[in-house]
Amino acid sequence: MPQLTCENLTVGYDGKKVREDVSFAVERGDYLCIVGENGSGKTTLMKTILGLQSPISGKILMGEGLKPTEIGYLPQQTEVQKDFPASVREIVRSGCQSRCGLRPFYTRTEKQMAQEAMCKMRIDDLAGRCYRELSGGQQQRVLLARALCATQKMLLLDEPVSGLDPAATAEMYRLIEQLNREDGITILMISHDVGAAVKAASHVLHIGETTFFGTKAQYLHHIAQEGGDNTHV
Amino acid sequence: MYEIVQKLGQYWQYPFVRYALIAGVLIALCSSLLGVILVLKRFSYIGDGLSHIAFGAMAVAAVMNLTNNMPLVLLVTILCAVLLLRGGQNAKIKGDAALAMISVGSLAIGYLIMNLFSTSANISGDVCSTLFGSTSILTLSAYDVWACVILSIIVVVAFIVLYHKIFAVTFDETFAKATGMKVEAYNLFLAVLTAVIIVLAMNLVGSLLISALVIFPAVSAMRVFRSFKAVMLCAAVISVICAVLGILTSILAGTPVGSTIVVVNIVMLIVFAVLGKVSEGARA
Repeated sequence: MPQLTCENLTVGYDGKKVREDVSFAVERGDYLCIVGENGSGKTTLMKTILGLQSPISGKILMGEGLKPTEIGYLPQQTEVQKDFPASVREIVRSGCQSRCGLRPFYTRTEKQMAQEAMCKMRIDDLAGRCYRELSGGQQQRVLLARALCATQKMLLLDEPVSGLDPAATAEMYRLIEQLNREDGITILMISHDVGAAVKAASHVLHIGETTFFGTKAQYLHHIAQEGGDNTHV
Repeated sequence: MYEIVQKLGQYWQYPFVRYALIAGVLIALCSSLLGVILVLKRFSYIGDGLSHIAFGAMAVAAVMNLTNNMPLVLLVTILCAVLLLRGGQNAKIKGDAALAMISVGSLAIGYLIMNLFSTSANISGDVCSTLFGSTSILTLSAYDVWACVILSIIVVVAFIVLYHKIFAVTFDETFAKATGMKVEAYNLFLAVLTAVIIVLAMNLVGSLLISALVIFPAVSAMRVFRSFKAVMLCAAVISVICAVLGILTSILAGTPVGSTIVVVNIVMLIVFAVLGKVSEGARA
């Protein structure tokens, strides 16, 4: 059974449909890139998978012992975070909250885990620094390290490179690919930058007027047939 | 200097001065802890709105001739806090507009009711002391002080136990929710806490100046410190120091308690803003 299956999923909010009839399945270790125009419902779909909002119709099934709270999430940055006085260490550790339950403090294992996540994202030397003083790329790596504390199975990334300069973008893609290849973490990533994002992906989900789901090869073939319409690949 | 110490020693004999200091320090401590969260969540103005609601409730309680108006005021304020903090993004009317309307509305209705039905001869005096807290901090009974002590202990313990969870939810509500934290429960808890602290703080600075107790220490601490823990601790310390200085000054100089505390807080903010600039310069 796939790790995550969406069957005829219709997503939206306040009863208003944003996208209808989306179906796809993700196996463990897949790297799925979700592309589509602005307002096509990519973020809404992701929030529905995370259980932040309920689907209007259709089903989300999880297999291989994946629990809904075991999905790590890298949201788009919010206004609140931009001037939040917090050290990198404090933020990364907060990713362990989900496994804390009612326990008020972090255990040694959890602190260790946060440390490893910071090393993996190469921000361990920034641990004591203030989040709001970091560059955009460093901030994204902090949030990715936090997501790693929450899960070792599946990561959902919402435009992880938006607003980053080319060097930081390349570094971010490299780190995500490394997590996918070396740690076997399933990746679902929303991206605007179709060309660069699809490079590392194994599967592509295109949502918009028509919904397409398939492997990268199938997708490239599909676009070639459509005569390279407005997808900018 | 010696005279001042002697004079303070003299005042220390009076229980009402001791009560005022104890209650003042505790309320300042609680409101500053909460203030950091509210400022970070962009809810600075909610303290102001809720205090006006509490004023309206107090006016109603006064007209109804209740001997103990605390339960009614607390209940109304908690209800409004829950509604306002929960409404959030999904509300039909934008949060700030709703807050402004409720806040001004309850202020107006409260004053109107007091004017129309009040049995007291000195209405403007009553209104003034509710709004600016003029002397009520100096008229606390032992019962009030105990209530204050118990509530403060509950608040501080709750903050220590829930510290990491409060941090996670404040920093990123969406992520916290996605990873299975009960975000609604924490927001509800914060709303109730906000209401309780505001009703307590009305005694200290009156309903118009409460926002100052909540916001100033948090903003001052954020000028200088860069981690969440340091900001929390610093805000608590600043707030307590300002409350003590303010109360002592007002006793010695005979100035109104509430506004004196707020002025001390303003001075502290200026000091910390300068310190922040200096330390930034030193690091650059």
